[in-house]
Amino acid sequence: MSAVENESGRGSARAVALASSLGRFLVIAITTYLGLLAVTFFIGRVIPIDPVLAVLGDRAPANVVERTRREMGLDLPLVEQFYIYVKNALSGDFGTSVLTTNPVMTDIRRALPATTELATLGTLIGALFGVPLGVLAAVRRGSIIDQVVRVIGLIGYSVPIFWLGLLGLVLFYAKLQWVAFPARLDVVYEYTFTPITGFYLLDAAMQGQWDVFWDAFRHIILPASLLGYFSLAYISRMTRSFMLNELAQEYIVAARAKGLSETRIIWGHALRNAAVPMVTVIALSYAGLLEGSVLTETVFSWPGIGLYITNSLQNADMNAVLGGTIVIGSVFIGINLLSDLLYRVLDPRTKSA
Amino acid sequence: MMMEKLALRSRILLAGAAMSALLLAGAPAGAVTPADTLVEGFAIDDIISMDPGEAFELSTAEVTGNTYDLLVRLDLSDTSKVKPDLAESWTVSDDGLTYTFKLKPGLKFASGNPITAADVAYSFERAVKLDKSPAFIIDQFGISGDNVTEKAKAVDDTTFQFTVDKAYAPSFVLNCLSATVASVVDAKLVKEHVAAVTPSADYKWDNDFGNAWLKTGYAGSGAYKLREWRANEAVVMERNDNYHGDKAKLARVIYRNMKESSAQRLALEAGDIDVARNLEPNDLDAIAKNADLTSTSAPKGTVYYISLNQKNPNLAKPEVRQAFKYLVDYDALSTTILKGIGEIHQSFLPKGDLGAVDDNPFKLDVAKAKELLAKAGLPDGFSVTMDVRTGQPTTGMAESIQQTLGQAGIKLEIIPGDGKQTLTKYRARNHDIYIGNWGQDYFDPNSNAQTFASNPDNSDAGKSHTLAWRNAWDIPDLTKETESALLEKDAGKRADMYKDLEKKILDTSPFVIIHQQLEVAGLRKNLKGFALGPSFDTNFVGPVSKE
Repeated sequence: MSAVENESGRGSARAVALASSLGRFLVIAITTYLGLLAVTFFIGRVIPIDPVLAVLGDRAPANVVERTRREMGLDLPLVEQFYIYVKNALSGDFGTSVLTTNPVMTDIRRALPATTELATLGTLIGALFGVPLGVLAAVRRGSIIDQVVRVIGLIGYSVPIFWLGLLGLVLFYAKLQWVAFPARLDVVYEYTFTPITGFYLLDAAMQGQWDVFWDAFRHIILPASLLGYFSLAYISRMTRSFMLNELAQEYIVAARAKGLSETRIIWGHALRNAAVPMVTVIALSYAGLLEGSVLTETVFSWPGIGLYITNSLQNADMNAVLGGTIVIGSVFIGINLLSDLLYRVLDPRTKSA
Repeated sequence: MMMEKLALRSRILLAGAAMSALLLAGAPAGAVTPADTLVEGFAIDDIISMDPGEAFELSTAEVTGNTYDLLVRLDLSDTSKVKPDLAESWTVSDDGLTYTFKLKPGLKFASGNPITAADVAYSFERAVKLDKSPAFIIDQFGISGDNVTEKAKAVDDTTFQFTVDKAYAPSFVLNCLSATVASVVDAKLVKEHVAAVTPSADYKWDNDFGNAWLKTGYAGSGAYKLREWRANEAVVMERNDNYHGDKAKLARVIYRNMKESSAQRLALEAGDIDVARNLEPNDLDAIAKNADLTSTSAPKGTVYYISLNQKNPNLAKPEVRQAFKYLVDYDALSTTILKGIGEIHQSFLPKGDLGAVDDNPFKLDVAKAKELLAKAGLPDGFSVTMDVRTGQPTTGMAESIQQTLGQAGIKLEIIPGDGKQTLTKYRARNHDIYIGNWGQDYFDPNSNAQTFASNPDNSDAGKSHTLAWRNAWDIPDLTKETESALLEKDAGKRADMYKDLEKKILDTSPFVIIHQQLEVAGLRKNLKGFALGPSFDTNFVGPVSKE
């Protein structure tokens, strides 16, 4: 058998594998979306809040209430409402938010970058510190370092994040004045700075406005560190257990027998292999932060997606809730797909299959 | 091998070092807001529209009050009267039906367009035809989309005529015209932005009167002009150099959306905001102790009450209604939960209104309440529920009341819920007891009288969902009395009629009115001229300056 034939055979097998995984992805995506639609619709109808009240407030006279109910289609039978709801959503029309009066997509385009910027920085911090800590804890298993890392992780996991947030504000903002007050930028820059992408750090750097960059950094660092700490807690625990698993493998014994340095074994071999499941862990933790951490966003007056959706849900602003949920769902599915792909790149075994 | 190890380790070290270096280098001198800018931390997430013909929210009222002008405005030195704003003078015809306003000469909008009677007429026309939440304040004078161009019209450039359907008390008409819905918009500017609409059964007109544009746009003449409103983020106002009155002292005012009391306090202490608007009692205490800060407060036209649904047979007994009024520990509430944010006030007209009564006859008196309950045939009390919106002060008040009711044997179960959720239940008359607040819609005693003392149709199909209706309190006589107070021309006699109504409500109603809201603000001491007004649309920032 020639090498060429072999290659093409492998190629077509790969194409089939790709197609089937793509198909599986599509099926998952579609059912997830339909589920999302049904659940948001269901929640919107069972919460005991009159949506008209959300639009008009308590003081509107009866005739205006009646008219608005008709305008919102709430007088139609439930089945018809659901049909209209799905039809509009499928054509990408998420309607207008009651609370902000903007089209929902406009709101999300503004809120999502705020959350993404925060979540990205948070995950970077979490991974940057969490992975080495986890490795250290695994290598020195049972030592004092392991205990310290465990306590750090437990605190990050169990202390309410809004409390840590307020504590952080009191210490780093009010007392030490290292960081700036809760918002994305200082008031003075409201007039001089025009965001392009909505990622303020990136925008400022692109425009060469380094004072704005610095200001944005001083605003984002505390909430990002908090989120980072939160994900650090998770990432370091997972790293530790993955590393322990790897360190017990036979190839490690082989490497030691070969006389490789301990550092090389840990960082070069064991971590390299532990990195594969780590990617999923970090990606999931990133996706979790992207959903918007409502409490962090509240404490830091951060106009992100979590605050937006929670506010909307409390006010029965169903258009905004639906739009937000779909977007977050997409992000979640996207990140999962991405981590799947990364998995393939990092793990040579999945390549040859 | 060695190299790799070093590279890895140093990369991690570098990242850590860079992070801490950045943090350390960032130590600034104490923050200050720009000298020409007032920055307020304020929960402004209730804003849904900046169109004065549509907006009916409290935060919006403040912005509208600062950015738009009216024919007449509340006289802050005597809030039972109005004073000229755009109108120089006015007359009422002998039959009491026609009000003629003469505009001041040489008035200009922020855009530079002249302010004429035609602008006033257009403002009334669009508010009535749009028929949004606040339109009833004008509609109640017998005005509708079909007749508004007749009833509210420009006689000439400086003369505007307003015709009502009955000989109402002039104080009532003028007070209503001081509401934000009667704000004068720049007709020329708005007409450049109207969008076409296909008329329907619900909306008969072929255009939107600029409503879509004015939701975020601006067409006014106030001391400040609205530069920008970003929902849930900020409202930015700039000085209007065309303003007809005293020019604003500062170049701009920024309201930043901050929901959290403690975050507002921290920002105020650090000097990142000049004013904190939503402070809770414990943060107010901290501010009182800080030498750089001070606070100010003003009673607002909002009263807090609990109300007893008359569909519940126990609560419908007159003695039980009376007993509840003796089972609230007003004194304890005022020194704890309501400290600094509320003043005990038991009648339905807030202080500052024409005819408001401020003697508070009820005190906690468990023995008296027990006596009343025995008379009602309930000597051992009974069980009952109360819908309470989560958050303060309602939760704290409910818990205090639960405890005092318990002393008389009444077992109160608190059902906590989100604000809109408890309200939905209340509006459907499905509650036993509700704890809530009522802010008057416009600065006239009729606004509260109409809701506390009038219930034209107590059936479930009743269209007028007044507070009396929501508690199924059927009061044909009081309803008539409320109506007749509207037609009393003599302001003194009119005030007496409201005093009589207030007394009857105190004695017999299912409303236990507890306190009147105090609006509080924490301030930096370098601010001069900051004052809160008696209503949300009179929190003027024009006179504020910095030292």
